[in-house]
Amino acid sequence: MKRIERDARCRVDVTLNGVERSGWCDSRTLLSDFLRQELGATGTHVGCEHGVCGACTVRVDGTAVRACLMLAVQADGQRVDTVEGLAGAQGMSALQRAFKRHHALQCGYCTPGILLSATQFLERVPQPSEQQVREMLSGHLCRCTGYTNIVRAVLDAAAERPERSRCPP
Amino acid sequence: MKPCAFDYVRVESVEEATALLCEHGDDARILAGGQSLMPLLNMRLASPALVVDISRVPALDYARPERDALCVGAACTQAKVEWRSDLAREVPLLALAFPHISHFQVRSRGTVCGSIAHADPSAELPLALTALGGEVVLRSARGTRTVAAGDFFQGMLSTARTAHELVEEVRFPLHRSGLGYGFAELAQRHGDFAIVACAAVAGADEIRFAVGGAGDRPRLARWPRLASADLDAALNDFAWEIDARSDPHAPAKYRRHLVRHLGRRAVEAACA
Repeated sequence: MKRIERDARCRVDVTLNGVERSGWCDSRTLLSDFLRQELGATGTHVGCEHGVCGACTVRVDGTAVRACLMLAVQADGQRVDTVEGLAGAQGMSALQRAFKRHHALQCGYCTPGILLSATQFLERVPQPSEQQVREMLSGHLCRCTGYTNIVRAVLDAAAERPERSRCPP
Repeated sequence: MKPCAFDYVRVESVEEATALLCEHGDDARILAGGQSLMPLLNMRLASPALVVDISRVPALDYARPERDALCVGAACTQAKVEWRSDLAREVPLLALAFPHISHFQVRSRGTVCGSIAHADPSAELPLALTALGGEVVLRSARGTRTVAAGDFFQGMLSTARTAHELVEEVRFPLHRSGLGYGFAELAQRHGDFAIVACAAVAGADEIRFAVGGAGDRPRLARWPRLASADLDAALNDFAWEIDARSDPHAPAKYRRHLVRHLGRRAVEAACA
């Protein structure tokens, strides 16, 4: 049993984009605020803070979740992946390149969350239909692009990938 | 917004959780997936003194068929149930309902028992549990009791659970041969809470028909197999009986219309 008093500071260790990181927070600190304010990973954006807009979506142990609906202490010991980790040594990921090609962002505020959701989605559903992509995107609000270009980018990124079987989350 | 300050305990066993509930009662809230509680904390609609995190209790993280029901433990996520390879054969109504439950990013972390315990009148899982006639297992430091779905949901966000009890398990009756299922929902956006959702389970002699989103809890009607005109009349009577509410999303009249319209679609699908 791990107990954290309301006034205490506690240490949280995560593997952020493959790198061991640690920081200090309160019991009530949201994972989104911990990432931004304690670890300086400001690529994760904060929108509505009640799970509706999807801007803060990150992957925790591989699963796309709302960082504003999770306490930082709940992520202790887990792997957290954010938009900062998508690009590799070869540059941007295929999905990021497709977003650029299709002009799938304007202000970019919602984009990190969409990229993290879509990355997990394409691992689970490698050859999605347009309808499936739209359903995945329904968990995100974008006020600039009207979604059409985002759908095109995700479908284009899927078309580039080798076919893989459906796997559970 | 950010949550008010609270003491936090991550428990490792059910016994630790129920002991804390016994000690703190209403001042404590159970945190599992957090997809209902965290928005309430962030908006400060809830400000518990103690948050008891059960999300890492291995003994509660299961979904398994036992005898005549699919039993789901309190730490089991909706995604784990949704992605069961046999779900469409085990509990077909759940397979029909899951695509309507919020978004996959929320189902990834949200738990089945959490949605049942929260008892939002528009939520799909309480509706499915009501339509199927499932059960909720409540556990306290003193013991365990099992409550039928029809008795568990008592009103808006209100259930038969006492402050000392944990929703330990939810039991969805397994498919039996001869039963058919239908589910129909209208929401403003895919994944939003239902304005009205209807679920139907049809057997050789009986139709179980349940409505969510219209009143303060899922409501159930039980009818014999009805001819087309009789079904319209039964749906209309039930639409009036459930005391549909008006809110900024839809007036009661529109909700009654949806009960008649979506209800017919759900029942026809179940009887097909």
